[in-house]
Amino acid sequence: MSNRMINILVPVISVILGLLVGAIVMAVSGYDPILGYTALWNGIFGDSYAIGETIRQITPYILAGLAVAFAFRTGLFNIGVEGQLIVGWFAAVYVGAAFDLPKVIHLPLSILAGAAAGALWAFLPGLLKAKMKIHEVIVTIMMNYIALHVVNALIKTWSGGGDKTERILDSASLRSDFLASLTDYSRLHYGIIIALMMVVLMWFLLEKTTMGFELKSVGFNENASEYGGMKIGKNIILAMVISGAFAGLAGAMEGLGTFGNMYTRGGFTGIGFDGIAVALLGANTPLGVIFGAVLFGSLKYGALNMPNAAQIPEEIVQIVIALVIFFVACGYAIRLLLSKISKKKEAK
Amino acid sequence: MEYVIEMLNIRKEFGNFVANDNITLQLGKGEIHALLGENGAGKSTLMNVLFGLYQPEGGEIRVRGKKVDITDPNVANDLGIGMVHQHFMLVENFTVTENIILGNEPTKGGSLNISAAAKKVAELSRQYGLNVDPYAKIEDISVGMQQRVEILKTLYRGAEILIFDEPTASLTPQEITELIAIMRKLITEGKSIILITHKLQEIMDVSDRVTVIRKGKGIGTVITDESSPEELASLMVGRQVVFKTEKGPSHPTEEVLTVKDLVVTDSRNVEKVKRLNLNVRRGEIVGIAGIDGNGQSELIEAITGLRKVKAGTVAINGKDITNKRPRQVTESGVGHIPQDRHKHGLVLDFPIGHNIALQTYYQKPLSKGGIIDYKAIDRFAEGIIEQYDVRTQGPHEPARALSGGNQQKAIIGREVERDPDLLIAALPTRGLDVGAIEFIHRRLIEQRDNGKAVLLVSFELDEVMNVSDRIAVIYDGMIIDTVIPSETDEQELGLLMAGHSRKEAAAIQAEEGDDKHVQ
Amino acid sequence: MAKRKFGLALSVLLAAGTLLGACGSGNDDASKDNGKKEGSGEKTSEFSVAMVTDVGGIDDKSFNQSAWKGIQDFGKANDMEKGDGGYDYLQSAGEEDYIPNLNALARRDFSLVFGVGFMMQDAMDEIASQQKDTEFAIIDAVVDQPNAASILFKEQEGSYLAGVAAALMTESKKVGFVGGMENEVIHRFESGFVAGVKAVDPEIDVDVQYAGAFDKAEIGKTMANRMYSSGVDIIFHAAGGTGNGVFSEAKERKAADADANVWVIGVDSDQYDEGAVGDTNVTLTSMLKRVDIAVEDISKRAKEGKFPGGETHVYGLSEDGVDLADSRGAIPEDVMKKIEDYKEKIKSGEIEVPEYPEGKEPKK
Repeated sequence: MSNRMINILVPVISVILGLLVGAIVMAVSGYDPILGYTALWNGIFGDSYAIGETIRQITPYILAGLAVAFAFRTGLFNIGVEGQLIVGWFAAVYVGAAFDLPKVIHLPLSILAGAAAGALWAFLPGLLKAKMKIHEVIVTIMMNYIALHVVNALIKTWSGGGDKTERILDSASLRSDFLASLTDYSRLHYGIIIALMMVVLMWFLLEKTTMGFELKSVGFNENASEYGGMKIGKNIILAMVISGAFAGLAGAMEGLGTFGNMYTRGGFTGIGFDGIAVALLGANTPLGVIFGAVLFGSLKYGALNMPNAAQIPEEIVQIVIALVIFFVACGYAIRLLLSKISKKKEAK
Repeated sequence: MEYVIEMLNIRKEFGNFVANDNITLQLGKGEIHALLGENGAGKSTLMNVLFGLYQPEGGEIRVRGKKVDITDPNVANDLGIGMVHQHFMLVENFTVTENIILGNEPTKGGSLNISAAAKKVAELSRQYGLNVDPYAKIEDISVGMQQRVEILKTLYRGAEILIFDEPTASLTPQEITELIAIMRKLITEGKSIILITHKLQEIMDVSDRVTVIRKGKGIGTVITDESSPEELASLMVGRQVVFKTEKGPSHPTEEVLTVKDLVVTDSRNVEKVKRLNLNVRRGEIVGIAGIDGNGQSELIEAITGLRKVKAGTVAINGKDITNKRPRQVTESGVGHIPQDRHKHGLVLDFPIGHNIALQTYYQKPLSKGGIIDYKAIDRFAEGIIEQYDVRTQGPHEPARALSGGNQQKAIIGREVERDPDLLIAALPTRGLDVGAIEFIHRRLIEQRDNGKAVLLVSFELDEVMNVSDRIAVIYDGMIIDTVIPSETDEQELGLLMAGHSRKEAAAIQAEEGDDKHVQ
Repeated sequence: MAKRKFGLALSVLLAAGTLLGACGSGNDDASKDNGKKEGSGEKTSEFSVAMVTDVGGIDDKSFNQSAWKGIQDFGKANDMEKGDGGYDYLQSAGEEDYIPNLNALARRDFSLVFGVGFMMQDAMDEIASQQKDTEFAIIDAVVDQPNAASILFKEQEGSYLAGVAAALMTESKKVGFVGGMENEVIHRFESGFVAGVKAVDPEIDVDVQYAGAFDKAEIGKTMANRMYSSGVDIIFHAAGGTGNGVFSEAKERKAADADANVWVIGVDSDQYDEGAVGDTNVTLTSMLKRVDIAVEDISKRAKEGKFPGGETHVYGLSEDGVDLADSRGAIPEDVMKKIEDYKEKIKSGEIEVPEYPEGKEPKK
C-alpha cells in the first residue's frame, strides 16, 4: 500500500468508524441514527446559510490550530492559545470600536492589534523560558487565567460597569453584505481568507526561510543549534511570539467577524484548547491543520442541527461528535496498523 | 571440542533486509569466543536471536548439544545464558544488591530479604574476584564497577554462558586491564564467554577463537593465536586496512590558535580549566592527551564559544575571539567536530542534508535574503555525501537513521568543507570501527598537509600517538607537558596523563623494568 | 510538486465554498419565501412557540428550566405538541450558537421565539432585524426591534423580601450574598437583598461576594465555606450552578452537625429539593423569579394577536413576577406576617427598592 493511499484512507476509515459507533450509541438510546446523521449533514452542508456558518466556525479553529502547531514544530507546547485568543479578541474590538478611520486602515489595524496582543501575551512565557528556563506549559496555563480576568476587568472599566464592549465600527468589520447575501445572512466573514493566508504563511516560514530552519532546529536540539551558531533564546521567544500572533488573530476573527464585540466571560472560549486537538489531528502541518479545523468546525456547528431537526438530545449529540473525533485521533493507530500490515506483506 | 552453544546457519530478516545470512557460531566450553564485525554487521542481531529477543527465519540453536527454541529472554535465562549489556541497565539510586535482585526479589514471609541476597552477592564477588561492595549505591561507584555489577547480575541468576556486548566501550585503560583479568577468572571457574567487539587489540589479548561477520554474512572462525590484527581487520572490512596511518613529517608554520592563561568553569562554577596555555600552528596536528574529565570538554567549548571564558584569551590568526558567539568563532575560521555528535553535532530529527548545512544554511548559495534554497542544500549535501563516503539513502534521510560512523563522516564533511584554518576534532573516532577510524585519521592528516592547523582531543592513547605531531598532556585543567610522539611511548604517556611529571614517569618505568627482570 | 498540490487544494476549497454557497442561496431564498407566505397564512390559526437556552442548558434548575416550564404549561393548556408547529427548545453550548439557534427556530416557522438570558441580546437584535415575520421575546435584556418584546424582572423586589427574611431569621447578625457574575441583573438581586436586610436592622452585616461565573460550583462552595466559618448563618445566592456549591457546603455542615445553624436562600425557582439533608433541609426559602409566568403571559398575548412588539414588560411583585417560595415551616408564622407587611408596602409603592447597589450605579 502506498503512503499516499494510507494518508487518504486513514482519515476516511476513522471517520466512518466514528460514525458507526456513534450510530450505535444513538440507536441504543432510542434515536434514529439515519435521521440524526441527515440532520448533521444538513447542519453542515444543508443550505448556503449552514455552509456559511460552518466556514465561520472553522475560521478560528484554523488559526488556533496553527498557533498550537507552530509552537509544536518549534519544540514548544503553547497551552496559552486560549489566553492569547482572548486578549487578541479584546484588542481587536478595542481598536475596532475606539477609532474612527477609513476601512483600508481601520480593518487591517484592528486585525494587527489582535495579532499584536496575542503575540505580546505569548512573549512573556517565551522570555521566561529563554532567560530562566521556566517551562512554558506552566506559564501559559497561568497566563490564560490572567487574560480571562484582566480582559473581563477591562471590559467592565471600558463599558462603565457593564458586561460587554461597544460594537466595532463598520470600518473595522470583517463581515460584508456580499458574503451575507451569498449565504442567506449567515455570519460568514472574510476571516476565512485571513486564516488561509496564515496557513500559507506558516508553511512558508517553516519550509522556505532561514528563520524557519532555525526555529525547527532549536526545537529539535538546542545544543546542536547553538553549536550551529543560532541564538537559542531569540528563537524560543520568536517561536512563541509567532504562535501567539496566530492565536491573537483567532481572537480578532471572533471580535471583528463573528460577534462584533466582546462580553465579560465566566469561562474560556474553548477554541484555544480545541486548537491543540486540531493541531494534533493535522499532524502539526499547515495543511493538516485545515483538515483538523474543518472536521472540528463542521462537527461542532453541524451538531447544533441534530437536536433541531432530529430531536436528539444535546448530550447524545456531544457523545456522537466526541466519538468521531476520538476515532480520527486514533487514526494514528490505524495508520500504524496499516503500515505494519503492508510491511509484513512486502517482507513475504 | 565440547560446545555449550551452537548457532548453526542462522538467518534473520527484517522485511527485505537480511541482517543475518547463514551465520554459524560455536562456543566451546571454557572458551572466550570473540564475535567481530563492523558497526551494523549484524552482531547485535545474532546475539538478540540467541537471547530470545528475535526469532530466526532459518537455522538452529543447540545448547549443550540439545536443539532448543529460545522464544523469549526468560528461556535464555533458564538455559543459563546471561547478557552484560553495553548500556548498563541499573537503577542509579539503588544499591548494588537491590539492582541485582531487581525483578527476582527473594522474600521471607512476604517481606524482602535483602541481607540474604547481599550475602550471596558478596560470596559471588569474592569467588570471581570482582571486589564489589553489595551495599554501595550505583551512583557512587565507577563505570568499571557498574559493569561488574552487571556481571554479578548474570552470575546471581546462574548464568553459565556470558555474552559481553562491547564491554570496553566506556572503560579507562586500567579498567580494561581489570576486566580482562575478570574474564579470565570466569573461565577458570568454568564459565564460557562470547565477546562482542570491534576492537582488535582486545580480541588478540583475551580471546581463544574469533568468528567474523561482515554485512550480515558469516565470514568464518579463526583461532586467535594463529591470526593477526591485520588479518582480522581485513576479514572484517573485506579489504586491507592500514593501522598506522601513513604520514610524512610536519612542517608547521605560523600560529593559528593561541590560548593564553585560559580559565573556564563548569556549570557548577568549579574551575575545570586553570590558566591553560596552548598553541597550534598551520601544518601540524596537536593532540590533547588526557583522562576524561580533566578539562578537555570545557577547553574545547571555551574555544568554540559554547562556554563562557572566565579569564584569559583565545585568538585565531592573531584575532581575539574570547567569549565571541559560536557563529563568530566559526566565521573566523574554526571547524569543530564535537565530542558528542548526538548532543552537539547533529539535529537527529533533521534530514542528514539539513545537518550538513547546519553551519552554512544562512549563507549564499544555500539561502538568499532569508529564503532557503533547499535544492541548493540537497546538491551541497549530495556532494559531501559522495565525497566523504557517507552511506545513506540520500540527503532526505533523517540523521538518526544513519550509523555512527556515517553520521561522523557527515559532520567531518561539513566542517572540513568550510575550509577552516583550525579544525578541532574532539573524540572523532569514538565508537567507530576500524574502517571509519582509518578514514577519519586520513582526513585529519590531509587537512594538516593542506596547511591547516588541527587540534585533536582523544582518550585513546594509540590514536594520539599515531595521528599527532605534538602531544599536549592535559591534567587537572592544565597542560602539564608537551611531548613528541616519536620520543615517547604509551607507558610514559599514560603516566603523564595520570599527573606524574616526566621525571617521575621515568623513575616508575625504570622500577617496573627492574621488576620484570626479577620475575 | 508540493506547491502545486497545495494551490490546487486551496482553489478547490474556495471554489467549492463559493459554488455551494451560490446555488444554495438561490434555492433557499425561493423555498423560504414560499414557506413564509404559507406560514403567515397559518399563523392566525396555528400558533407555535419555542425558546433558545443560554449556556446553562434546559435543566439548570434556574431560569432556563423555568422558561421551558412556562412554554410547556402554555403548550399543554392549548393542546399543542412538542415539535414543529407546537412548542420546542434549542440548547446553546456557547455564545457563538445563539444566532444559529435563533435563526433555526425562526426558519422552522415558530410564531414566537424566546431567547433566555441577557447574553442573547446582540444575537436577538441581529436575528430580529433579519427575520421580520417572526416574533421574538428576550428575558433579562432589552432588544429594540419592532418584532421583539423585552421581559425584565424586578429582582430587587423579591430579593428585598429575601433580605427581610434573612434579617429576621439570623441569629449571628451576619448574612451573606453570593452572586454569579457582576452584571446589572445580578446587581438588582444584591441591591434588593442588602436593602431588605438593612430595612430590618441596619446593624446586620451583609457579606457580598461574586464568584465570577455561573457554572463553578466549587467556587460557590469555597465562598460559602468562608462565609459560614466567619459566622454567617444565612446565604442568599444568585449564582445559578455556582449556587449549587453553596447548597452542598451548607448540607455538608448540616450532615456533620444536625444543630448547625446554616441556611441557604435559593433563587429563580423553588430550590427546596436542593437543600434536603436526610429529614432536615437547609433551604430557608427561595426568591422566585417567575420566568415561567412571564413566558406564558407573553405567549398568551401573542396567540391572541396582542404581541407587545417593541415594548418592555417589567414583572415585579404586583405582576407575580417575583415572590418568595413556601418556606415549609422554616420561617415561623409571625415572621411570615412581617414579610407580608413589607410585600404589601412594596406593592403599594410605599417602599421603593433601589435597583442598583450602592456604588454600582451605571456611570453613563
